[in-house]
Amino acid sequence: MAEKYVGQRIKRNEDPRLLTGRALFVDDVELHGMLHAAFLRSDYAHARLVSVDVSAARNRPGVVAVYTAEDLGDLWKPGPLLVPAPHSVENVVFHQRTQVPLAKDKVRYVGEAIAVVFAESRYIAEDALADIWVDYEPLEPVVDMERALDADAPLIHEDLDSNLCAHLAQEKGDYQAAREQADLIVSRRFLVDRGAAGAMENRGVVADWDEKAQHLTVWDTTQAPIPIRNGLAGMLGLSAHQVRVVAPFVGGGFGPKIMMFLSEEVLVPWGSMQFKRPVKWIEDRQENFLATTQERGQVHDAEMALTSDGRILGVRDVFIHDTGAYDPYGMTIPLNTQSHAMGAYDVPNYYTEVKVAFTNKMIVTPVRGAGRPQGIFVAERLLDIAAKELGIDRVGIRRRNLIPPEKFPYNHEIIDQAFAPLVLDSGNYRLALDQAVKRIGYEEFIKDEQPRLRAEGKRVGLGIVVFIETTGIGPYEGARITVETSGKISVATGVGTQGQGHFTSFAQIVADQLGVDVRDVHLVTGDTAEFHWGTGTFASRGAVVAANAIHAAAVAVRAKTLKLASKVLETPEEELELRDGEVRVADIPRQSIGLGELAVLANPLRGAVEPGTEPGLEATDYFGPQYGATANGAQAMIVEVDPETMMIEIKRHVVVEDCGTVLNPLIVEGQVHGGVALGIGNSYYEKLVYDENGQLLNASLADYLIPSATEVPRMEVGHEVTPSPLNPLGSKGAGEAGAIPVPALFAQAIEDALADYDLEVLETPLSPNRLFELLQGKEKAE
Amino acid sequence: MHSITVTVNGSPEYLTVPPNMTLLRMLREVLALTGTKNGCEAGECGACTVLLDGQPVNSCLTLAVEADGRQVTTVEGLAEDGQLSALQEAFVELNAVQCGFCTPGMLVSAHALLARNPRPTEQEIKEAMLGNLCRCTGYLRIVGAVQAAADAAADAGGAA
Repeated sequence: MAEKYVGQRIKRNEDPRLLTGRALFVDDVELHGMLHAAFLRSDYAHARLVSVDVSAARNRPGVVAVYTAEDLGDLWKPGPLLVPAPHSVENVVFHQRTQVPLAKDKVRYVGEAIAVVFAESRYIAEDALADIWVDYEPLEPVVDMERALDADAPLIHEDLDSNLCAHLAQEKGDYQAAREQADLIVSRRFLVDRGAAGAMENRGVVADWDEKAQHLTVWDTTQAPIPIRNGLAGMLGLSAHQVRVVAPFVGGGFGPKIMMFLSEEVLVPWGSMQFKRPVKWIEDRQENFLATTQERGQVHDAEMALTSDGRILGVRDVFIHDTGAYDPYGMTIPLNTQSHAMGAYDVPNYYTEVKVAFTNKMIVTPVRGAGRPQGIFVAERLLDIAAKELGIDRVGIRRRNLIPPEKFPYNHEIIDQAFAPLVLDSGNYRLALDQAVKRIGYEEFIKDEQPRLRAEGKRVGLGIVVFIETTGIGPYEGARITVETSGKISVATGVGTQGQGHFTSFAQIVADQLGVDVRDVHLVTGDTAEFHWGTGTFASRGAVVAANAIHAAAVAVRAKTLKLASKVLETPEEELELRDGEVRVADIPRQSIGLGELAVLANPLRGAVEPGTEPGLEATDYFGPQYGATANGAQAMIVEVDPETMMIEIKRHVVVEDCGTVLNPLIVEGQVHGGVALGIGNSYYEKLVYDENGQLLNASLADYLIPSATEVPRMEVGHEVTPSPLNPLGSKGAGEAGAIPVPALFAQAIEDALADYDLEVLETPLSPNRLFELLQGKEKAE
Repeated sequence: MHSITVTVNGSPEYLTVPPNMTLLRMLREVLALTGTKNGCEAGECGACTVLLDGQPVNSCLTLAVEADGRQVTTVEGLAEDGQLSALQEAFVELNAVQCGFCTPGMLVSAHALLARNPRPTEQEIKEAMLGNLCRCTGYLRIVGAVQAAADAAADAGGAA
């Protein structure tokens, strides 16, 4: 069978609905008799709750109920630990302190929910928040992650001895021995600060308890509807079959919309059951800054040991990870950092140790990249500094150390977020680097263009980095595929969708197997009533895990279809082909039967069904990878710094991506563009600024700068393809890759542009102000 | 309460609205035109952009009463006779949509740009879209789609 769709630039099936305003998002759900919820949030980062008086709020006309922690009964308990600690690592310390639905006794971050109001309108609900009187006894806030680990730091969770949330050390080889052999050791301290996910759609939940049917429907902006269904059923005392969770069109996920079970996601459905009325809560933008999870804050003390010819002998990285006030996502982020701080390199000896600190700030969970940008920042920065000290070319030192193609599968040994020693399945890392070198014109720029431009007084610099991205982790996804009697194909899968083009890329896989037009494949994602089993869309796993489940189910439906057609057409299966919505005898195209007709025959109204067969042309199948597929790539950029304003113009940006088999280049390149744009934000514009009291100072889109159209450069995107051997499609994930290397890339390019200042960029994000500060006191070298 | 007459996507609407109701809420909650999105309610993200007498405005910062006697165009009013407009087609062709939440505002802003400047440069497009944030696409294809729609219009009928 000739593959028609997979690999092609197919236009998206879902676009017409989105372009005409007809796509359903959670906030578009409007139900009769609906109540509205609003949450009273803490003004203090750290305070004891002396009393919460809601009596005036309860008396406000239009208010149906106001609840505090005391009113929640058995519902009040800490939320689920979404990812456990990695039991496979020896001597791991992990203190589970997950968030509670409403704060009791004390508050631990600004924005923590203290009370919830249910009212006839959002206006009334918000007005009632002002009626609530909270008596706080302020405590010393613990804002800085290093300060948090001081012996005399105030305790955030007073039942613990310290603010240490977790501690984990891993070693590959023997770093100390390697260090003794080294010709050069570079060691530096690196800072990575917090940013927001910043989806354009804020979070939201609409819940509708049907008392007569004893059934709860929840529309939720979640990336993981099935885990939400399972969790809510447990918390609310319902069976999974009494709860339907729908993640309709979701306006961007980027991590924090995963199965979080924060206050709102639990209390809105619960409220609907209390009042037997639908309830809606839509987050406003300020709440999105204060009460949606964030990421990236880490401090690294790292060093690299090398030979004089630039071979890496070992890396040592001791770091602190800021988890905020609670730790519902376990150690996923620091584990990703640990598995990425060797970069794409063949590092024989590695020691990595992390302390996770509780702080009085919003909870940290993965944001697009999820610990990987920090790891890559450390690896790439150390290598740049070493290259400079050794007088070796940046590209040369990278080529020397990349994992060579013959070493795959490469045992990386470090236990990662999948709780097993990471194995890099496949790749040819040098191809991506070489392509980036060529596309950016590295040699010409360094030799000719840069000296020429510098002579004109322009501060231009080039950056070039390589990276890996672990993707496509298990456990599994599933799909059910049905040939309808209309001849069209229905596909249901459990993952949610937030703009990744699943309606198209998944349809392409099915269309190829069943020989139909891609527009005749109708896909449902993110509705637990349509598919019962699954996990969700995160960790760059949709195009790996869900896509391969869909592939498996499509192969099974194809087999059923051929078997039945063989009987009907009285022709051996080998002589049949599926094309244009029909099964044909290959040599005699007129001898054919449509898929719709076959679907009717597969579900007869009379006669006997043979034992051992199932009705319908339908199959359900699952895919669980043995381990995750690891993507890789290289990026290069040329920047110009304006020394008057410290504004930076990205003149060129090259991305070379190897995500294995590309299902739809149009979609993959779109993922790259968006990831890079976030990476640019993480490098120069986006920083969540907390003051010493734990107050977020820039909780609006006017003050927190998400790149706009003028900040994002044109990109040249190239591909290399080394298919993953771990799945039949050969795919690897691509969702987060764009964002991962940009801070490291940007830092190198800025240093190069400001080479006359001998600047070392050891932190991200920078900003024009911060760059100005860094240059103060730097003697300009001649 | 105020009685107002607003022409929305060509149809006259006779409404009674409270004085503090925004145009955004009027569209979404009274007229059930939910294509216009609420991203920040502070005029910072542009998801709620609509045309008021042909000019793009943040409907979250515009009161419903301000629309009295005026023409409002929303994303639902851009398709012509059930057919996607050339601009919408260009968004499909160039894959300028990912999650689609910013898309209605983007389309409306771009529509207004092309109405006042049928042959914009890349920089003019970017500047016209500055008030519309997108987190998924990095804007490249949105800008490209607006350019493509402008080029197609010029090829079809000369600079209109």
